[in-house]
Amino acid sequence: MTIIKMTAAQVARKLIEKQPLFILDVRNTDAYDDWKIEGHNFEYLNIPYFDLLDGVEEIIPKLPTDKDVLVVCAKEGSSVMVAEMVAEAGRDVFYLEGGMKSWSSYLEPIKVGDLTGGGELYQFVRLGKGCLSYMVISEGEAAIIDAVRFTEVFTNFAKEKNVEIKHVFDTHLHADHISGGRHIAEATGATYYLPPKDAEEVVFDYTPLEDGLTVKVGASQIEVGALYSPGHTIGSTSFVVDNKYLLTGDILFIDSIGRPDLAGLAEDWVGDLRETLYRRYRELAEDLIVLPAHFMIIEELNEDGTVAKRLGNLFAENHGLNIESEEEFRRTVTDNLPPQPNAYQQIRQVNMGKITPDNEEQTEMEIGPNRCAVR
Amino acid sequence: MSIKADVNLDCKGLACPMPIVKTKKAMNDVEDGQILEVQATDKGSIADLKAWSESVGHQYLGTKEEDGVLLHYIRKSGDDLDSEKKFENTITNEEIIDRATNGGIILDVREEAEYAFGHIEGSKSIPMGELEGRLDELDKDQEIYVICRTGTRSDLAAQKLAEKGFTKVVNVLPGMSSWNGDLAKKI
Repeated sequence: MTIIKMTAAQVARKLIEKQPLFILDVRNTDAYDDWKIEGHNFEYLNIPYFDLLDGVEEIIPKLPTDKDVLVVCAKEGSSVMVAEMVAEAGRDVFYLEGGMKSWSSYLEPIKVGDLTGGGELYQFVRLGKGCLSYMVISEGEAAIIDAVRFTEVFTNFAKEKNVEIKHVFDTHLHADHISGGRHIAEATGATYYLPPKDAEEVVFDYTPLEDGLTVKVGASQIEVGALYSPGHTIGSTSFVVDNKYLLTGDILFIDSIGRPDLAGLAEDWVGDLRETLYRRYRELAEDLIVLPAHFMIIEELNEDGTVAKRLGNLFAENHGLNIESEEEFRRTVTDNLPPQPNAYQQIRQVNMGKITPDNEEQTEMEIGPNRCAVR
Repeated sequence: MSIKADVNLDCKGLACPMPIVKTKKAMNDVEDGQILEVQATDKGSIADLKAWSESVGHQYLGTKEEDGVLLHYIRKSGDDLDSEKKFENTITNEEIIDRATNGGIILDVREEAEYAFGHIEGSKSIPMGELEGRLDELDKDQEIYVICRTGTRSDLAAQKLAEKGFTKVVNVLPGMSSWNGDLAKKI
């Protein structure tokens, strides 16, 4: 029977629309256990391709005939081999073009909402890695926040929307993924902002992102305002966009809060994290819609695929915002932290401009899930 | 320095799944206990060769990088048959360090590649197959603690040494597969 290619974009659609999919993941078990394609209605079978070299007869009965079967591997080669064997055994089967590598790099741009005077806010959902980037568009101009390293996605999107990228921000020096911010700014002539307290070691020029800084996107009144909110890193800064959205970076997520240990010792910044979450954010309007820089689990996705929730609801529902005792809070965010993200120290070095790995090395560094949160 | 292998396989420039497909095929021409060196450039080959080896019963020894090429070492059917040990004079892993520091020598009779990826500091390497030709490197007056992975090859080596007139020979059990102490590398 036939083999059909499925793209990461098609898988993303199935995920967001909660369609069923049967994933035959042929990577080795460690890689699968560490990180896989998550979906509300996805089913899985993990059998390493090297256990199938002598034939797929044994797994054929385990493959459903009433839904699409997608063979997935790291880069594509093994999934094509296994898909061919499955097809020879008489089944229709898909393979994932580019494998987990392309899944990790795929960005789905989704509109979050309209802004004053015809502006728009887009969230770029990196489903495979859980990274969220943002683009504010208004009257022919754009600002980008927390861009991931696939810079062309952003520059092409800006072209499509016929807007000029004027401002590029990073809420903090990222440790789980490589930033595309500086390179987008270089390519477009935009201003690149970074919190100075996170940027002490960077080896390139940047514009300091200070508390209270405001930029206007387009000629009208859409404001992007910076709010110093340390805790994940010492420089972490949030943004209020159009008095409607709160971009929290890696400080506050939908179902968890930021971890304070990726750039130093958790003990040093736990006080800042507490101050930000329990005082600074409490002073903001509860109707602000929180837009974080990450999601951890797909249950955090809304019906339309966006990751966004009203601040007031998070105050009520997010466990990390409801720990009354400071001592317990301190324990929560310093003890039992999840494993650190893959190559996080190297990734920080890249984001400081100190090392410049090639594309393949960057892919290797970013393999696996992000792990920026504590629950 | 290069590590000795019985068979070399060039998988440079090949992407997954080819390094494993070719390794599986090449293993047909490797004898039990021999070492296969797989040269590859695909980084994914490290985890996959290790997992594949374990799943089919080969012994994955380790990987080293040389000029951008990954050199993987695998010993075919690494699990020695759990045959009856005949040599009577034995001691356990735990006892060996104290005993060996009192003037004795630890003789590691595993393959050179196995030794390279982890051995007891100060132990001497003479692979089982080379033992008979290298007896002059050993001192008959010295206590010799013979070790391998699971005690089988060292049992044979100890018998061989006794045959050749070595009297102070001891087989170490269960061997390096259960060694909990520090490991030195030579790669």
